[in-house]
Amino acid sequence: MLNPDLKLNAKLFDKDVDQQPIRKGFGEGLVLAADANKQVIGICADLTESTHMLAFRKKYPERFLEMGVAEQNLAAAASGMAAMGKIPFITSYAMFSPGRNWEQIRTTIAYNNQPVKIAGSHAGISVGPDGGTHQAIEDIAILRVIPRMVVISPCDANEARKATIAAAKTVSPTYIRLAREKTPVITTDDTPFEIGKAQIFFAPPEKKYAKGERGTKYDAAIIATGALLHKALAVAQDLSSKGKSVAVMNLATIKPLDEEAVIRLAHDAGAIVTVEEHQIHGGMGSAVAECLAANHPVPIEFIGVKDLFGQSGKPDELVEHYGMGEMHIRETVQKVMVRK
Amino acid sequence: MAPTQSPQSLTEDKIKLLEGKALDIRRSIIESLIEAKSGHTAGPLDMADIFAYLYFHALKHDPKKPDWEYRDRLVLSNGHICPVLYATMAHAGYFPVSELMTLRKLGSRLQGHPHREWLPGLETSSGPLGCGLSQAVGMAIADRMDNGRSSSKQFYCLTGDGELDEGNNWEAIMLASKEKLQNLTVIVDRNNIQIDGFTEDIMPLNPLADKWRAFNWHVQEIDGHNFRDIDRAVGEAKAVFDKPSVIIAYTIPSKGIPAFERQFEWHGKPPTTPEEIDAARKALREVRTFGGRVKAPDHD
Repeated sequence: MLNPDLKLNAKLFDKDVDQQPIRKGFGEGLVLAADANKQVIGICADLTESTHMLAFRKKYPERFLEMGVAEQNLAAAASGMAAMGKIPFITSYAMFSPGRNWEQIRTTIAYNNQPVKIAGSHAGISVGPDGGTHQAIEDIAILRVIPRMVVISPCDANEARKATIAAAKTVSPTYIRLAREKTPVITTDDTPFEIGKAQIFFAPPEKKYAKGERGTKYDAAIIATGALLHKALAVAQDLSSKGKSVAVMNLATIKPLDEEAVIRLAHDAGAIVTVEEHQIHGGMGSAVAECLAANHPVPIEFIGVKDLFGQSGKPDELVEHYGMGEMHIRETVQKVMVRK
Repeated sequence: MAPTQSPQSLTEDKIKLLEGKALDIRRSIIESLIEAKSGHTAGPLDMADIFAYLYFHALKHDPKKPDWEYRDRLVLSNGHICPVLYATMAHAGYFPVSELMTLRKLGSRLQGHPHREWLPGLETSSGPLGCGLSQAVGMAIADRMDNGRSSSKQFYCLTGDGELDEGNNWEAIMLASKEKLQNLTVIVDRNNIQIDGFTEDIMPLNPLADKWRAFNWHVQEIDGHNFRDIDRAVGEAKAVFDKPSVIIAYTIPSKGIPAFERQFEWHGKPPTTPEEIDAARKALREVRTFGGRVKAPDHD
């Protein structure tokens, strides 16, 4: 069942669940962060509307800088502005920022320790018809490997709004991963959010054991990040109705990893499936595996893109084609349970 | 545009003092490189006069208060010439001159390429080429957001010439002219060399001044070893109102050590053999300038 403490969207599993683009939450959060702190500024590389920086630009034109199609300059100039006391949010598509400007991010932002906030929109394969050139499915890997970089992958528009506001209050270089398509709203205004805290969104009834028998609390657990969390929740709900007990964690902050929560969940479930719209190599699942291999080894299976580039198609078609749909998650959960 | 005099007067006595500082800086560069046994020689030596001019005449700064809010900002984009930055900062009083002997050693604040967090007085970390100007442009824009066009701060960015191969520079060059950053001055070390050879063989930059002009910058070309030239150009750059300025400073690689001068091979190595070390030390007992020969003080 859904974790009642988190006040999640009660209509989460309904067919007509409210759908919003995650990037929209960023746009709302940026205006709120700017309302609260006049040092918050916005810089965009010619994608102001589609990255949802437009509302900020309209409200605070004097705190907005149009960079043109120049992502390297976007990152490095933002570093210079941060050096003068600003909290710059920079936006483009994730493929170009942090894709094209990785070294500028590493050197001028992270090594330099400047509080630049990188919002990468249109991340994941669900960008759809634009095709493989525009589908950033390596961004988590290339940013989580940079020392100091905080990596946040919100599951819905509400969480993106809260993550943006929270990021504006820290001095850390931060990456916020955003998606283009409308996806189900999982959380509510009242759902708590804290950078670095993983949350159990779905906690099924604990397994019962006969006297003398011992075992894990759950049959398995799914750790998901981004919009695919909704599919993970649907699978867990379905399996729950069939007598299988599968917990679901929302891992919004991929770095720093909430190791304590991940280890506890591995202990409680004994088997983990990670779910992300990203390459399996180096992504969120890798972060979880690194943690568990060192601290509490359990069988792990990974849902993600299997060392392939994307292609044009409808978002849902692509998610299915590349093996990240509900059916794949369900089969993978069943597979990992057998490995326990 | 008619040349404009710097508001600060550069007297004969001041020039003598700067020549002495430049010599001290060159000797410290060489001694720190000899001790480090790695690092770059040509660029640091050829920029010693400009560094002496900036830190001992032009810059508004306080070595005892490196984070003073109203200081001018100097961004070194070609971080590999940091031996000249470190030597200048030490002689200006940011840290003891003796610390220069820790260059490139484990735990040293004087990293092989500058690391802002470790050494107060550095405005940025640099080394990977082509992104210092972006940062200086960002600094100037942020300052204007806070202080408007009448800000008292000057923003300087020093770049190499080979570094201009990097596309990131031209993104920044476009942005600076779009934003009409009149308090931004770039000084290009036009020494005509880069690691693999002469710039015009590797990737021709000429007509370099025309390129900057085409991007709507105020352009001056000077002798980078002549303090009067440097002073006049920096003064004029400050006086230009509606454009950023670039000063293309023609320099002689490894300036001050005739045996190494004009040879691109000295871009990225220090003197290591007894003969090289001897030649460097001897030459720096007396340093040449375009204006003639200047006697070295009797340090050794």
